[in-house]
Amino acid sequence: MTPFTKLTSRAIPILQGNIDTDTIIPSREMKSTGRTGLADGLFAPWRYIEGRKPNPAFALNQPEYASAQVIAGGANFGCGSSREHAVWALAEWGIRAVIAPSFAPIFAGNCLRNGLLTIALPAEAVAKLAGQAVTIDLAAQTVTCAGETWQFAIGEETKAMLLEGLDAIDLTLKSLPEIESWTARDRAARPWVYLT
Amino acid sequence: MTGPRTLFDKIWQAHEVCVTPSGASLIAIDRVFLHERTGAAALKSMAVAGRLVRDPARVFTVMDHIVDTRPGRGDQTLMAGGQAFITETREAALAAGITLFDVTDPDQGITHVISPELGIVLPGVTLVAPDSHTCTQGALGALAWGIGSSEAEHAMATGVLRLSHPGTMRVSWTGVLAPGVNAKDMALHLIASHGTAGGGGRELEFAGIAVRALDVEARMTLCNMATEFAAMSAIIAPDETTFAWLAGRRYAPASFDHPHWAGLVSDDEARFDAEIAIDASTIAPMVTWGTSPEQAIAVDGTVPQGPARAHDYIGLAAGQAIKGVPIDAAFLGSCTNARLSDLRRAAMLLKGRRIAPSIRKALVVPGSSAVKRAAEAEGLHHLFEAAGFEWRESGCSLCFYAGGEGFDPGSRTISSTNRNFEGRQGPGIRTHIASPETVVASALAGAIADPRELAE
Ligand code: SF4
Repeated sequence: MTPFTKLTSRAIPILQGNIDTDTIIPSREMKSTGRTGLADGLFAPWRYIEGRKPNPAFALNQPEYASAQVIAGGANFGCGSSREHAVWALAEWGIRAVIAPSFAPIFAGNCLRNGLLTIALPAEAVAKLAGQAVTIDLAAQTVTCAGETWQFAIGEETKAMLLEGLDAIDLTLKSLPEIESWTARDRAARPWVYLT
Repeated sequence: MTGPRTLFDKIWQAHEVCVTPSGASLIAIDRVFLHERTGAAALKSMAVAGRLVRDPARVFTVMDHIVDTRPGRGDQTLMAGGQAFITETREAALAAGITLFDVTDPDQGITHVISPELGIVLPGVTLVAPDSHTCTQGALGALAWGIGSSEAEHAMATGVLRLSHPGTMRVSWTGVLAPGVNAKDMALHLIASHGTAGGGGRELEFAGIAVRALDVEARMTLCNMATEFAAMSAIIAPDETTFAWLAGRRYAPASFDHPHWAGLVSDDEARFDAEIAIDASTIAPMVTWGTSPEQAIAVDGTVPQGPARAHDYIGLAAGQAIKGVPIDAAFLGSCTNARLSDLRRAAMLLKGRRIAPSIRKALVVPGSSAVKRAAEAEGLHHLFEAAGFEWRESGCSLCFYAGGEGFDPGSRTISSTNRNFEGRQGPGIRTHIASPETVVASALAGAIADPRELAE
């Protein structure tokens, strides 16, 4: 996974509350069983008008955000379906971070596993930085925009994984001896859990 | 260290394999459940990485999301490319050696309906599935929650997940539900009162006499919408009702006598990070007016002022009565409300009546093939068909639009599901979520209706 350290980008304003993963990538846009080929369907319901023409009113289609890697979103961002395709589509488009007042828990977890940073900031801060150039410094846990700096909270584990671009499975497999001895003890204590 | 503990913390601590240097817990996962929407992707990606499923006997998969629900179905679906999800999931499941409930398996059904039905989910276990409504299964006293595909791979490859403690919230329900009001109305009331972000990523425990009074199926309906509340999941402490319901199910233990089971409760003095109390006797039948589950009101109420976008999409103005809004379609199904008890209550209201001629599509989609058989044994399908509903095979069906079968363009539907998002049931389709009783009452009236006025 690509490590996340420091990033400067315009923050694409998509500020509606409760943006759900069906809107980020509708089920009908998930055409294969793989993780790729999804960017074309990103925000399809809002990004396209009749005949799949770009909707000029939607921020993702506006030239000033063409290479932006950050989204400024509304509260409860990423609610709804657990589909990781929403994050894969964002990542394929080039998004590395989403700043919003709050996130749906499964979406935030999916972002982390794909190297995307979710930053929770108060709604006033998100409104201020939306559309502007922002600098995100993960090590310092700061977002800076037009001379103003906000501190954000992040778990130590999450931070380390993103900074170093670690693969969670590889990391966990280092604890395999602990997992195996725990499982052996548990099998004796709760035999009904084990089906072989 | 062992002060009073919440049920959540007891299960968490019992599954904590170790704590990483950076403070995350490795939590052992007892059960993984996949479906064909995301199952093939997760299994294929593991195979590509050369990773094996550590304990295939504890991993299950089913065809529920894309599978057709029209009678006589096979692998074909109306969704372009849909069949590949089914065939690839089947191949990947066989290769991985996990248990598959295939299209024509008698145990096929919606993940969150069949997992309890078969006793795959049990009190005190941890169960994850790449599906947000996995929280439904917390009704059995399990720690069951939805994850993404990468986390599903992680759980299958390692037997654990790396988690930070999510915090806890207790929702205490006092009082007795009024006639015609049920668990679906409780869930909508909670979300409407505290907002879709109200759960704040915490683990909910539903407690109180109004919860104890619910049967197991109704408890599942209540827990189903915890994800619409931005909760990690929801749990209900198991009691005699739970153990009696589970006894004899295929994957359940032969007896629940072991002292382990009795300990699955929050201690009296246990502290939660947040508390909500609700008097259940004050709740009316609820229906959503907008495009978020928090935009729910009593069925005899008026549409409040909400975001302009929601009013535009749904085509209703503030101040308008919700009752009497004409509908074009009705959907009775989903992991929220398609169990036998749901179908029974709905069928009883339909007895001897016919849905309004203006309804262009009315579907009943049983939550599982077993529910379908049980309903047919009671003759419920005749009541539905006589009233003008189509009687389908089990699956998710039009709870969501996969790109195949759909409602007529522009339809306004009354739906026993859990999501009324823009486009959820198809592009431009306007969804009103409600209980099975309200769905049926509305289908009969051809407009959103109060089920209390139907019951003699
Ligand atoms: S019935 Fe609907 S909500 Fe439930 S699992 Fe299927 S698609 Fe998801």
